[in-house]
Amino acid sequence: MIFFDRVTKIYPDRSLALDQVTFSVERGEFLTVVGHSGAGKTTLLKMILVEDRPTSGAVYLDSTDVNHLGRQHLHRLRRKIGSVFQDYRLLPNKTVFENIAFTMEAAGRTDEDVASDVPHVLELIGLADKFWNFPHQLSGGEKQRVAIARAIVNQPDILIADEPTGNLDPINTSDIVQIFQKINDLGTTVILTTHNKSVVEAIGRRVITLENGRLTRDDKNGRYAL
Amino acid sequence: MLTNFKRIVKSGFINFWRSGVVSFASIVVLTVTLFVIGGLYLGHAFLSSSLETIKEKVDISVSFQPYATEVEVLTVKQQLEMLATIKSVVYSSREEELANFEERNKDNALITESLKEVVNPLGARLNIKALDPSHYESIARSLENDSALSADGRKLIYDINYRKADIDRFVSFVAASRRLGVAVALALIIISILTVFSTVSLAIHVSREEIAVMRLVGANNRYIHGPFIVEGAVAGLFSALLAVLLLYPAVIWVKGVTAVFPERLDLVSYYLNHFSTLFFFILGFGVILSMLASYWAAKKYLKV
Repeated sequence: MIFFDRVTKIYPDRSLALDQVTFSVERGEFLTVVGHSGAGKTTLLKMILVEDRPTSGAVYLDSTDVNHLGRQHLHRLRRKIGSVFQDYRLLPNKTVFENIAFTMEAAGRTDEDVASDVPHVLELIGLADKFWNFPHQLSGGEKQRVAIARAIVNQPDILIADEPTGNLDPINTSDIVQIFQKINDLGTTVILTTHNKSVVEAIGRRVITLENGRLTRDDKNGRYAL
Repeated sequence: MLTNFKRIVKSGFINFWRSGVVSFASIVVLTVTLFVIGGLYLGHAFLSSSLETIKEKVDISVSFQPYATEVEVLTVKQQLEMLATIKSVVYSSREEELANFEERNKDNALITESLKEVVNPLGARLNIKALDPSHYESIARSLENDSALSADGRKLIYDINYRKADIDRFVSFVAASRRLGVAVALALIIISILTVFSTVSLAIHVSREEIAVMRLVGANNRYIHGPFIVEGAVAGLFSALLAVLLLYPAVIWVKGVTAVFPERLDLVSYYLNHFSTLFFFILGFGVILSMLASYWAAKKYLKV
């Protein structure tokens, strides 16, 4: 489903973020990417979302080389990918309901779909009573749940999450990990980056390890080896 | 399509309302800009009207010899009226000239008595108005060179009253006023547009992260751009209303200040009579400017 073919990314300041990274992800897989800060985890996710482009190599989604997509076509690719960020990146001037509805509306879903799916997904993540709250009125854990709800509401093929538990306490971390597992159980491919050993162990699925931009390990059964 | 349009418009209004201070700042800057633009509009009307009034007072007066017959003078009048540079030629007969002269000198017994002793010594007169003050010199020159003669070969024109210095000064004044007016208006318009662009740009800069997130969650450019443009239009609408209302006390003040000029345009009446034109001019300028600024500013951040 996703194939990284010798992807190298060198930033303008000459720092090497990814170095000849090659791996593939199958449909329905749960992949955890581990590595120290600066190892290239976020860059790797940015390549999938085409938030950034490789210096060399290619990233394929199904059979499409995503880097050959023009900027005007990216929104179609991104509708297939749900994204969750460490800093949540919710729209500050929109309520919880509107944040989630925005993703559906942007994808051209009908008002009826929005009215039925948003409450449903909020119930699923346990925030049914926070419809009309603004992001600044939520805790970190709640914000991350909203971000997850926004990422899954369009039922994407892939869910990518960049350090989604980085700002959360252990209880919220555990809740969020469970939500990701549920989403994966429903058939969505999940790619999650973390440097939290307990998260890797709790998930217990395939882990790839990045060190200084190089892929150094690819373990089928969740091992945190840093 | 229609659903998207409805969502964009709704989102634009909601964003405008929720952006609070940022929207307020945009409105303040836009209002000042539109006030200046409205002021230029009214200033142009005031200046044009004042120049027109002064222009109306300038003319060339051609006095004819007493022996020039009415037919001869009217022939000269007809020839003058055929010139493209001439707006009007008014004929005053010998009798009317005498009556005017007597009226002007009715308190002077010597003149009154003398006039009773002689045959009317005055000739007829033509008062000529040109389409533009700059034409007076050439008209005067052509009259001076005119070889209009009476039946017995004598010159018909006695005198050409053309205050060259005054008219030249006036022509220079009109040209300078126009040049200055255009320069000031252009400078103010450019400054205003740049100010609006900077303010709107700054307001949208605050939302750059938001725009990036919208791109990353799959929104297309039109769907992201749309609400910002609607926000711009709403800000333009409110600012136009405020600017046009603020101009009212301003024209009352200007009317008071310019009361010493007897022939000035009554700006208050002008404002009231041209309210809808002025309003739609300011509204159009404000809404289009604000929408363009929003479009341009948001575009910068859509490269994610």
